[in-house]
Amino acid sequence: MTNSFVIAKRELNSYFVSPIAYVSVAVYLIIAGFLFWYDTVGGALNGTPPSLQGQFGTMVFLWLFFAPPLTMRLLAEEQRMGTLEVLLTSPVRDWEVVLGKFLAGLVVLLLAVVLTISYALVLNAYGNPDWGPMAAGYLGLFLAGGALIAIGVLASAVTQNQVVAAVVAIVINLLLWVISIAGQISLGSVWSQVFNQLGFFEHTLNFWRGVIDTNDIVYFVSMMALALFIATRVLESRRWR
Amino acid sequence: MIDVQELTKIYGPRTAVDGLSFQVEKGEIVGFLGPNGAGKTTTMRMLTGYLPPSEGRATVAGFDTFKQSLEARRHIGYLPETVPLYPEMTVADYLDFMAALRKVPKRSEAIQRAMEAIHIEDRAHQNIGKLSKGYRQRVGLAQAIVHDPDVLILDEPTIGLDPRQIIEVRELIKGLAGQHTILLSTHILPEVEQICTRVLIIHRGKLVAEDTPKNLGARLRGAERLGLQVSGNGARLVKALSAVPGVQTVTPVSEGRYEIAIAPEQDARAQIAATVVKGGWGLLEMAPVGMSLEEIFLQLTKEEPAAAQESNAEPAD
Repeated sequence: MTNSFVIAKRELNSYFVSPIAYVSVAVYLIIAGFLFWYDTVGGALNGTPPSLQGQFGTMVFLWLFFAPPLTMRLLAEEQRMGTLEVLLTSPVRDWEVVLGKFLAGLVVLLLAVVLTISYALVLNAYGNPDWGPMAAGYLGLFLAGGALIAIGVLASAVTQNQVVAAVVAIVINLLLWVISIAGQISLGSVWSQVFNQLGFFEHTLNFWRGVIDTNDIVYFVSMMALALFIATRVLESRRWR
Repeated sequence: MIDVQELTKIYGPRTAVDGLSFQVEKGEIVGFLGPNGAGKTTTMRMLTGYLPPSEGRATVAGFDTFKQSLEARRHIGYLPETVPLYPEMTVADYLDFMAALRKVPKRSEAIQRAMEAIHIEDRAHQNIGKLSKGYRQRVGLAQAIVHDPDVLILDEPTIGLDPRQIIEVRELIKGLAGQHTILLSTHILPEVEQICTRVLIIHRGKLVAEDTPKNLGARLRGAERLGLQVSGNGARLVKALSAVPGVQTVTPVSEGRYEIAIAPEQDARAQIAATVVKGGWGLLEMAPVGMSLEEIFLQLTKEEPAAAQESNAEPAD
């Protein structure tokens, strides 16, 4: 476990020497900020009660596209540079490497989420929003984003090409979106139950409403665990390939 | 310190390492010699726990490299063929990271010691990406010794360096001997002769020879060869030279050029020169013909000549 922290710490230092993290987070904040101003602030000026409920949905949707550039480098670059060989021949377990990479991505995500707390502060300055649902919303945003980071780590494990890793991650993320859409289309049929249980976005809705449901937390945490587990197996696959 | 028993690695239809057995004693520097694709890198990867063996076992410092992989790895310093560096880090930060992963107590002292041993203290705060290839190789060596391992495994440590850097890195490796047991791979014969106490030659995943560099050299020089260039018509020359004591064969190569095999115990060179001059030919050139590694392999793998010739065509491992 301490090995994971050592790896995460090194990775974080690398994050902030390359422009990718800065640029991704900055563009994310610009788009999210614009939509915040347009939808939420605009709505509030027209008399809608101030809340971030819609904004959270937007922000988590944007993560589908902005998490992959943050994670594409993590394992792919180590494979390309040959540094993975020395990591995996150090007295470190494969899963500790994967976990370390994930933790580094998670910290960058947390940073981006924390920066969006400014939206809540803006609402608070000009209106009287309910802080309970907003706190739950930020938790949901962090959990859903964390699941996307874990998927990105997995995508980065399967290739030594960063661009391929990003594309694979975006494709998986879009698949999650498609499942949610299928859930809405199939509304009423037996399948809708299945899609609703699997659907990524369905599990965020409670958070936006201010409800913290264990079911949703379990969903996102197991998604992270599953993606990281598969990523570890992918690294181990060198053993039988 | 290293004990390899019947180690085998099979990749699909290809057997990369085939029942390899050898031992390396404490303090030895053993050279692992073989052409590309002979199974050197695969063997080293099995020793470092990167790959599991298909069959057989290897122990390093008494620990099974597969079943007790983490313990074994603690005793190994490994420099893979592609030097594992993070270009955005400084040398000191990188060594600190590697030391932390290996749970080195008193890290800053260990880093200082490693940098001094490899003579890179002056580059401690430089970015790795800005270093020359020779310096990068040194940083790679420094990370391999930062935790003061019992065993060093170095995969082609001098590959891609210029002649001066090669000499420097060889000197560094020689300097590391004594405190560490070293297994290094190479396909350069003189390198082995200069640094190693013992040589293992592998070919197609099998051990084909194991000896000290001196004995191996002597064995290989069973017939020493000279290249000869003369002026004038040389019809009688072959006959005249064949009569010189110590000359085994005389083979015409091209117009005026001959290759002569001589017995190593008898230095026939002076005699050959005298014969040429006395016979009225002009002696233009006489020089020993160096044996290339390919020829050595041909010689060592005579029992399967077809296989040996193919070795050039095999893909790199």
